[in-house]
Amino acid sequence: MTVTEKSGAEKVELTAHRRSVANGVFTGASAAAASLILVVLAAVAAFLLTEAWPALTMDAAELGDRISWIKPEDGQSLIQVTGYLVFGTVLIATMALLIATPLSIGIALFISHYAPRRLASGLGYIIDLLAAIPSVVYGLWGSIVLIPVLQPFYDFLGTYLGWFPLFATDPTTGTVSATGRVALSASLVLAIMVIPIISSVSREVFLQTPKLHEEAALAMGATRWEMIRMAVFPFGRSGVIGATMLGLGRALGETMAVYMILSVGLSYSWNVLLSGKHNTIASYIAGQFPEANAIGVSALIAMGLALFIITLLVNMAARWIVSRRSEFSGAN
Amino acid sequence: MKIATRAGAVAAAAVLSLSLAACSASNEVAADDSSADAAATDTATDEATDAAMSFSGELNGSGASTQEKAMEVWRANFQTENPDLTINYDPVGSGGGRTAFLDGSVSWAGSDAALSEEDGEYDAAVDRCGDAGAVNLPMYISPIAVAFNLEGIDSLNMDAATIAAIFDGEITNWSDDAIASQNEGVELPDLAITMVHRSDESGTTKNFTDYLEQASDGAWGYEASGDWPNDLGESGQGTSGVVQIITSTEGTIGYADHSQTSGLGVVSVKVGDEYVAPSADGAALALTAATPAGVNGDDDLAYELDRTTTEAGAYPVIVLSYVIVCEQYDDADEAAKVTSFLEYTASQEGQAASVDAAGNAPLSSDLSDQVIAVLEGIAAASGV
Repeated sequence: MTVTEKSGAEKVELTAHRRSVANGVFTGASAAAASLILVVLAAVAAFLLTEAWPALTMDAAELGDRISWIKPEDGQSLIQVTGYLVFGTVLIATMALLIATPLSIGIALFISHYAPRRLASGLGYIIDLLAAIPSVVYGLWGSIVLIPVLQPFYDFLGTYLGWFPLFATDPTTGTVSATGRVALSASLVLAIMVIPIISSVSREVFLQTPKLHEEAALAMGATRWEMIRMAVFPFGRSGVIGATMLGLGRALGETMAVYMILSVGLSYSWNVLLSGKHNTIASYIAGQFPEANAIGVSALIAMGLALFIITLLVNMAARWIVSRRSEFSGAN
Repeated sequence: MKIATRAGAVAAAAVLSLSLAACSASNEVAADDSSADAAATDTATDEATDAAMSFSGELNGSGASTQEKAMEVWRANFQTENPDLTINYDPVGSGGGRTAFLDGSVSWAGSDAALSEEDGEYDAAVDRCGDAGAVNLPMYISPIAVAFNLEGIDSLNMDAATIAAIFDGEITNWSDDAIASQNEGVELPDLAITMVHRSDESGTTKNFTDYLEQASDGAWGYEASGDWPNDLGESGQGTSGVVQIITSTEGTIGYADHSQTSGLGVVSVKVGDEYVAPSADGAALALTAATPAGVNGDDDLAYELDRTTTEAGAYPVIVLSYVIVCEQYDDADEAAKVTSFLEYTASQEGQAASVDAAGNAPLSSDLSDQVIAVLEGIAAASGV
């Protein structure tokens, strides 16, 4: 201000002209980057639709005839197979979230509000590292190391909690899977994979809770847990939901880990301790693609389209929940 | 903002893991046979002295992943002989390979199934190759072992009906009479049978189920298919996945390429009145019992395998994989490359070179000569 006043007669602009060119360039570049996302999304959707079209429009009987993995004699059609897979995908991803979300919130709270600062930063770093492990490594670790450890525990569940539908044993043999390559194992490994996502986003949100809210709660005599319930959770709720949905997105689309861990099958079964009952869309596509013929590839892409739509719906639901909650939370 | 960055990181990780996964399939081939390569290189250089011409440029094939390991060795050897030539083999699968061949994007296809007349593939071949069309030539035979994991037992005898009953969930315990009666003197544990099959569509599954369908006298109620037909048991991805499950869990039984089942118990299957363990010789014998099924004249060496053969010593649970080539190529240079390369792979040296790496059963010398004669005919017809 004082500078412009001193220069007096000559009017000096606050920003030089060159700057505004740079400004324009930058605006254009970032707008281009943003619209590129839309273009890519549209391109993917268009690709899925055009490639899936031959299978979607083909007569069901002929499709069953030309694709070996659709078995019309068992009453299967493309829609039915996709139905089994959607069920398996959603079941496994949901179980993974049910396991991962409470754990992640616990981890995030510990780091943001309980742990001493030095421990917290170290722990946060390690959890971020977990997110960097390739899923194929999780798959190998799960199938070679984790599953043999889990199997006796599944036996225990099957023997003593077999009356609970989820843990039911095989009616003919009266046991659960001998190898542990079951939906619950896949869910557990997926849970480990999504924990870093959910916990690190939640942690950031919790850390942003206004100090004044927290201090006000404490000043009124709240314990630390009451303070978290009164100040941190209401503030962070939308962020946690967003984080969970992000995790769900990953769990739904995960291919390799499921592919390597699960003994696959097609059914609407709730028995998560039996093998050969479930499969997910992504893992099914990975398994069938290498030997598929042209129309088979088209049908697989139609399944990919179904997964694309599910993920899109999940993300839209998440958006909607977040936007609805944000008015109350004060997070904006 | 934070959310967006994380999403980016996740996406990057996903891409990374996908590309790693893509690598892993081909890596396993390269890992275990540097010695085989070295040994085979010697034979290749010996041969180079009598090969009159040397090739350059590219030669492209694609098809069955069954042949991938052997193809790896063959390519390496032939390229040592012809340093200016690059041979590519894309293991996209049998169906993909035939499609690529028929639309002209590769010079030859590897396929677990011969061209199908029903699906019009012979007609399509006429469009691609000219009036003489295309022919199937046997190139790769490999025994499939029925492998199991029982402590202290290396070998069990079973007939096809017993194997079918196990894989269809009819026999669920190792101490079942059907197994015990064929294995006197073997102490079978009272242990549940865990059946293991492939989760992906594969030529191994197709040949194994074809064997069960043909040989089990109706005990196997499904048709031969590359996809496992029932929802029982456990499943693993690829041969290595199946072998890993069998190795890590007691009481399991599954099927896999014989070359991959070392250390596991292996079933001897009943052929005639004897029980035959999988071996390269037994597999070669089984092919001699097969009936020719070529559609396109004498040069078409497709076979209908007879899984019910009673020939002594024959092992009928085999994969037979073909190469599919044109009877005549428009381009003499292409024809020369294809025929010379495949003459090498069909030769006794070529077949022997891949045994260590791929565990295939070498073609019998008769069949090998027959294939080479057809390839020489193709070269002549194409004006090489």
